[in-house]
Amino acid sequence: MPERTFLEAIRSALIDEMTTDQRVFVLGQDVGVKGGVFLVTDGLYQQFGACRVIDMPIAEAGIVGAAIGAALHGLRPVAEIQFADYIQPAVDQIINEAAKLRYRSAGDWTCPIVVRAPFGSGIHGALYHSQSTEALFTSTPGLKVVIPATPYDAKGLLIAAIRDPDPVVFFEHKQLYRTMRGEVPDGCYTVPLGTAAVRRTGRQISLFTYGLMLHHSLTAAEQVADEGIDVEVVDLRTLYPLDRETILASVRNTSKALIVHEDNLTGGIGGEISALISEHAFEYLDAPVRRLASPDVPATAFNEALEAHFMLNADKIAHALRELAAY
Amino acid sequence: MTKTANVEPATLSLAVSNDPVENTAYITDFSNDDPAELRSIYRMMLLTRRFEERTGEMYTKAKIGGYCHLNLGEEATVVGLMSALKPEDYIFTNYREHGYILARGVEPGRIMAELFGKDTGVSRGRGGSMHLFDIERHFMGGYAIVGGQIPLATGVAFALRYHEQPGVVICQMGDGTTNIGAWHESLNMAKLYKLPIIFYVVNNGYGMGLKVENGSAEPELYRKGCAFRMHGERVNGKDPIAVRNAVQRLRLMAQDDGEPAILEAVSYRFRGHSVVDPARYRDEEEVRRGREDDPVLRFAQNLLDAGILTDEIMKTMAEAIEQEVAAAIDFANSSPDPQIEDLFTYMYASPVANMPGPEDALEAARIARGEF
Repeated sequence: MPERTFLEAIRSALIDEMTTDQRVFVLGQDVGVKGGVFLVTDGLYQQFGACRVIDMPIAEAGIVGAAIGAALHGLRPVAEIQFADYIQPAVDQIINEAAKLRYRSAGDWTCPIVVRAPFGSGIHGALYHSQSTEALFTSTPGLKVVIPATPYDAKGLLIAAIRDPDPVVFFEHKQLYRTMRGEVPDGCYTVPLGTAAVRRTGRQISLFTYGLMLHHSLTAAEQVADEGIDVEVVDLRTLYPLDRETILASVRNTSKALIVHEDNLTGGIGGEISALISEHAFEYLDAPVRRLASPDVPATAFNEALEAHFMLNADKIAHALRELAAY
Repeated sequence: MTKTANVEPATLSLAVSNDPVENTAYITDFSNDDPAELRSIYRMMLLTRRFEERTGEMYTKAKIGGYCHLNLGEEATVVGLMSALKPEDYIFTNYREHGYILARGVEPGRIMAELFGKDTGVSRGRGGSMHLFDIERHFMGGYAIVGGQIPLATGVAFALRYHEQPGVVICQMGDGTTNIGAWHESLNMAKLYKLPIIFYVVNNGYGMGLKVENGSAEPELYRKGCAFRMHGERVNGKDPIAVRNAVQRLRLMAQDDGEPAILEAVSYRFRGHSVVDPARYRDEEEVRRGREDDPVLRFAQNLLDAGILTDEIMKTMAEAIEQEVAAAIDFANSSPDPQIEDLFTYMYASPVANMPGPEDALEAARIARGEF
C-alpha cells in the first residue's frame, strides 16, 4: 500500500472522488492556479480544469453560500476555507442556512456540502492562523463535524463526507499536513462518519481526543505505560454527533476518563463528553472526569514561549494521566 | 492622477422616481399583449390582495402567530415578476413572500396552512410565514435572515451554468438587503462567472423603519452594481406590465449572454414592516398618497379603459377569489398540526447514530400529552 502524507491523503481523496463523480467540484481562495495555500489542491486545476477547481474571491460567506446553492441544484461542492480562523464570516451561511435547510423545508431540500478548513496552533501563526473553531459547530443539529488524525482516515472520512447527503464541516490540523505519514490505499474507500476508533487499548484510564492531539496522547500513553499506567486512547474522529457507544463502553471498562483537546477548555467538546459520562456512566467512575485543553485565552499569542504554553504536548498529557491514575 | 469611471452600465427604465408615491408613468398600450394573459395577471394581483388581507385578519384572530409580513401594495411588483418566469427558473425570496409563491402556482390552501403552522403546509408547519418552499415549482424558499438567500441563489445560478441547463435564478430581496456584505460578494461572483441571475430589489422606501437614503450611501439601488460593471435598471414596481417587460428582457440577457443584472422595483407597502408594526416612522400624508395610488385598482382601471376587463368579469373574478381564499382558510383551519412524533424528522437525509430518534420522539410526544 502506498505511503502518503496527511496532505497527500486529502488530495488523493479529492482526485479520486472528482474522477468518480462529475458532480464533485472544489471552490475556495487560491485552490486553483496556486493549488491552495498549503498546496492541498495542487495539480487539481491542471487535471480537472477551471470549471471544477474554482478560484474564488476573498468572500467566505459567498463561497459557502454559493456551495450551498450549488448543492441544492444537485452538485457536490467541496469548499475550502483557507484557515479555520476565516470561517467566521461564513458561520451565518453554515449555521443559519446549511444546517437548517432540510428541516425547514420538511425534507424537500438537502444540502450535501463539505466545508474544509485547516486549523490548529503550533506553527507560529499567531492569533488568526491558529484557532480551533470546531466548538462553534458542535452544538448545531443538522451539521456533522469531522476531524481526522491519520492519513488513512483523512482520505476515507473526506470521501465519506463528500458522499454524505448532509452538510459536513471538515477540519484538518495543519501541523499534520506534512509531518504525518501513513499507508493510504489508491482509489476510493470510506471511513464511516460518526464512529470513533480505539487506537490503543488499556484498562485504567480512557483518554478521548482527536486531531493532532491523538498523536501526543499516544506518545504520553507510552510514556506512562512504563510506570504501570495502562491507558486506552480513543480517537473521536467525528465530533458531532459523538460516538456515545464507544465513549461509554470505554469508560465503563476503565472507570476513569481524561479528555484532551487543543480547543479552549470552556465550551470545548470536552465538557459535552464529561456530561455524557456523568449522565450515563456515573456509577462506573472511580475519579472525577478530567479535561485537559488549551487555556481560555482569546487566541494563540505569537511569542514562542507563550505559544508553547498555550499548546498541549505529550509531557503535559502524561502529567495529567499520572495525576488521574493516582486519584 | 484622478480617474473617472468610463463604465456606465446602469440605465433608467421609464422615468421612475426614487419616491414611490411620485411614480405616475404607467404602460397603458396593451395592443401587443394577449388579453387573457393580462386578465390572468390582474386575477393574480387580486388574489394576492385578498389572500394578504385575510392573512392579516387571521393574524388578529390569533390563527397565525409569530412574525408575518404582507405584500399589500406590492402586488404589481410580485405578479409582474412572476408572470415573466419560466418553469425552469428558480426563485429565492426574502420573508415577505406569500404573493410570490401564490403566483408560482402553489395552492392557496397549502400556503395558508403553512402560515397556520399545519402539517399540510408547504413546509409541513416547520417554517411558517417566512419560510415557504416548493421543490416542484423551484420555489427555493423565503429567508428570514436578511440576505441569507443571496449567496445561495448565486450558487444555484452557478449550478445551472455547470450543468449547462437553461433557466435563470431570481434572487428577490428588499432595499435594506443591498447593504449587507453577502450582497456585494454575490454581485462580484455573479458578474465574474457570468451567471444567469437577476437580483430583484423591491424598494419600498424603508428597511423596516429606516429610509433607504439613510441606510444606503447610494440610494439609487440599481446603481449599486456599477462597481462590478453589472447592468442595473429601475422600474415602476406599481406597474405589473413594466415589471414583466423588464424581467423578460433581463431574463434573456442573463440566460443567453451570461449577463446578470440588478432590477430595482420601486414599490410601496400599504402597511407596516410586519403585521404588528404600526409604522409610525411614515408620515400620514405619505401613507395617504401611497395608498391612493393603488396598483390593483389602477391596473383594473387601465384594463377597463382598454376594454380588456369588464365590470362583469371583475365581479365574477372577485367572487371566485373570495371563495378561493375562504376555502384556503377552511383548509388550514381543518388541517392537523404536525405530530410531535415527527419532531426529529428531517434533521438528516440519512440515518445518523447518536442523534435524537424515534424513541426520543415518542418520549417528547408523551411529555406533550402531560405523561411524565
